[in-house]
Amino acid sequence: MLNHLWILVALPLAGSMLTLLAGRHWPKKLVNLSSIGFPVLAFISYCELVREFFALPADKIPWIHSYFTWMTAGNFRVDFALQVDQLTIVMLGVVTFVGMLIHIYSAGYMAHEEGYYRFFAEMNLFMFFMTTLVMAANLVLLFVGWEGVGLCSYLLISFFFTKHSAANAGKKAFITTRIGDWGFTVGILMAFWHFKAIDYKTMFAAVTNVPAEGMHHWGVLTSICLLLLAGAVGKSAQLPLYVWLPDAMEGPTPVSALIHAATMVTAGVYMVARMNPLFSRAPAAMLAVAIIGAVTALFAATIGLAQSDIKKVLAYSTISQLGYMFLACGVGAFSAGIFHLMTHAFFKALLFLCAGSVIHAMGGVQDMFQMGGLRKKIPWTYATMLVATLAISGAPLFAGFFSKDQILFDAYAGTNANFLLYALGTAGALLTACYMFRLIFLTFHGKPRFDEHHVHVHESPKVMLAPLVILAILSVIGGWFALPTYWGGKDYFKGFLDPVFGASQELAMKLHPGYSEPPHSLEYQMAAIAVIVAFIGFLIALYLYIIRPSAAKKLANAFRPIYTLLWNKYWVDELYGAVIIGPLIWLSRNVLWKVIDVGLIDGTVNGTAFVSRGVGGGLRRIQGGNTRSYAAWVVIGAVAVTIFFVYMVR
Amino acid sequence: MVPISYYIILSAVLFGLGVIGFVFKRNIITIFMSIELMLNAVNLAFVAFSREFNQLDGLVFVFFVIVVAAAEAAVGLAIIMVIARNRKSLNVEDVNLLKF
Repeated sequence: MLNHLWILVALPLAGSMLTLLAGRHWPKKLVNLSSIGFPVLAFISYCELVREFFALPADKIPWIHSYFTWMTAGNFRVDFALQVDQLTIVMLGVVTFVGMLIHIYSAGYMAHEEGYYRFFAEMNLFMFFMTTLVMAANLVLLFVGWEGVGLCSYLLISFFFTKHSAANAGKKAFITTRIGDWGFTVGILMAFWHFKAIDYKTMFAAVTNVPAEGMHHWGVLTSICLLLLAGAVGKSAQLPLYVWLPDAMEGPTPVSALIHAATMVTAGVYMVARMNPLFSRAPAAMLAVAIIGAVTALFAATIGLAQSDIKKVLAYSTISQLGYMFLACGVGAFSAGIFHLMTHAFFKALLFLCAGSVIHAMGGVQDMFQMGGLRKKIPWTYATMLVATLAISGAPLFAGFFSKDQILFDAYAGTNANFLLYALGTAGALLTACYMFRLIFLTFHGKPRFDEHHVHVHESPKVMLAPLVILAILSVIGGWFALPTYWGGKDYFKGFLDPVFGASQELAMKLHPGYSEPPHSLEYQMAAIAVIVAFIGFLIALYLYIIRPSAAKKLANAFRPIYTLLWNKYWVDELYGAVIIGPLIWLSRNVLWKVIDVGLIDGTVNGTAFVSRGVGGGLRRIQGGNTRSYAAWVVIGAVAVTIFFVYMVR
Repeated sequence: MVPISYYIILSAVLFGLGVIGFVFKRNIITIFMSIELMLNAVNLAFVAFSREFNQLDGLVFVFFVIVVAAAEAAVGLAIIMVIARNRKSLNVEDVNLLKF
């Protein structure tokens, strides 16, 4: 298998092509077989990959296999090369496993939609690009996967393309991430310019003995990292490029779960973690990562407090959680960031799938204020969603508790610790518990706020419930892989990823000579604070939406300006519209279109045609139809050629 | 032995007559014969040079020209027949459809 890594990548591609080309005429069962079968096969081949990976001797890791040279130009050379190391194993597991579950769920969720085969073809294509992204052994191949998932994201957001808002949301997502990708591309070119190679192995070997750049002495590494960060910020929906993700909720819910919660949006975090040898030598870039992450975590959480659309709440929650992952990477706790990525993939995919189940049950309603009291009617969805909510809020022993606790701990007491970042993260944690329980209470508790005679609430079919239950189990036990040392376990997860991140951590230690391991008692205190904070968030939600439902309105009225601000999402969309999009459209319409396009480009084309027609009009008079005049021309030509050869050519 | 210049001058005169007939005559048959005259003027030059330089290339070329001329005569006469039938005339001025 290891030499045939391409099989894992090729399986979803085969599924995609088969479904796309032939699926239109197939019965639904055959589409299901092909489009769900291939992701399942991909997961099976992943399992085989893991088995063989663990049998490898340590000096063979990372396993890199180059299949062919993709392009060469001078000393620029890119191979189609795949790589497997510990980080790849973790990411690939998340992608193939969660992806497989969501494909199964989709068979139930999308059953009544038009374009069934098209949906699955695009989902499989997404799996192909995502596995390429994760397994790439150089930045250019990673970029291929990066753009490919962006394309699939665009296609699937605007899946209901006859709906104007969906088509616009797709475009918005594509164009916004393109801004970040500009930085990413420049970063790749700069990395090549500096390292004279683009594959990870050479690049990382080249920086091994390079000392870290100072906070105030920006060098080439800092520049590269900041440019790469721009790409990550676009893809992972961080400030200031997060605006596309809430709109991306126009896509079908399984798409939101797979692409906009579990996998694609975490690609930015993966890339930063993958580039850790570079980032750890660029403290200024690291600080930028941490600040962006922490601010986004709090900022998005505040917006999430005031949304009424169930999927929009989850979208802002995703942005906020991605902020935590960036915060972790920024303070040097890469393994904590990747760990949160994994647990987040479980519980956020679960939350989205549950939301899909709720929407399915309500017959398409997404407004939480038109739900309520669904607890009894859809008990399975309620139970699994409650588990996911507990996990994301950080209830003890659930997955999110361990990962978020680890991040906050590292932000407070790690090598690059910063109290302000920790405070932002903790405030975000409080709001997380608050808005998530607000969602639960509004949706499942209280009295029904919809017309019960018209909406027939029904539990989803088993094919949708099975993935929910599996993900719910993982949302509980997913955190136990990385039991912190003070819980009596060994931190397996961190130990497992140590070959990838260990060197960076040692470097961070060297950069902070006075740093010493914090005592275990501090870890207990931090965990206690995190739990208390989450509990306060829970109590606030409980008070406002269960105990005294009228209090929420009163509070909103009392703080009218703040509520309006949050309800309108800080008017960021409007601001971008006025500052960037408006002038850009004006420029495009009045300069690029009316001057450049009409005047210059059309003018050139039309001018060429005009001149040709004039010349032709003159020349056609030679063709008079008189055969003897043609004959005369032939003679004149022959004489001219003869004279030319006799007198001119010597 | 006749010097080569005689042959070349004869060839040039024949070719010139052919050109004049080709351009100024109106009867298609005459034009056609003028073309044949030009071809044979060239043949004469080939043969003369071939003999002068003792090389066979020119002779070979002459055979080719004769063959092509024969083929051309067959096709050309057929075309002339069709024109004569359609137009009831052999005047080249009447054949003037080939124009803009």
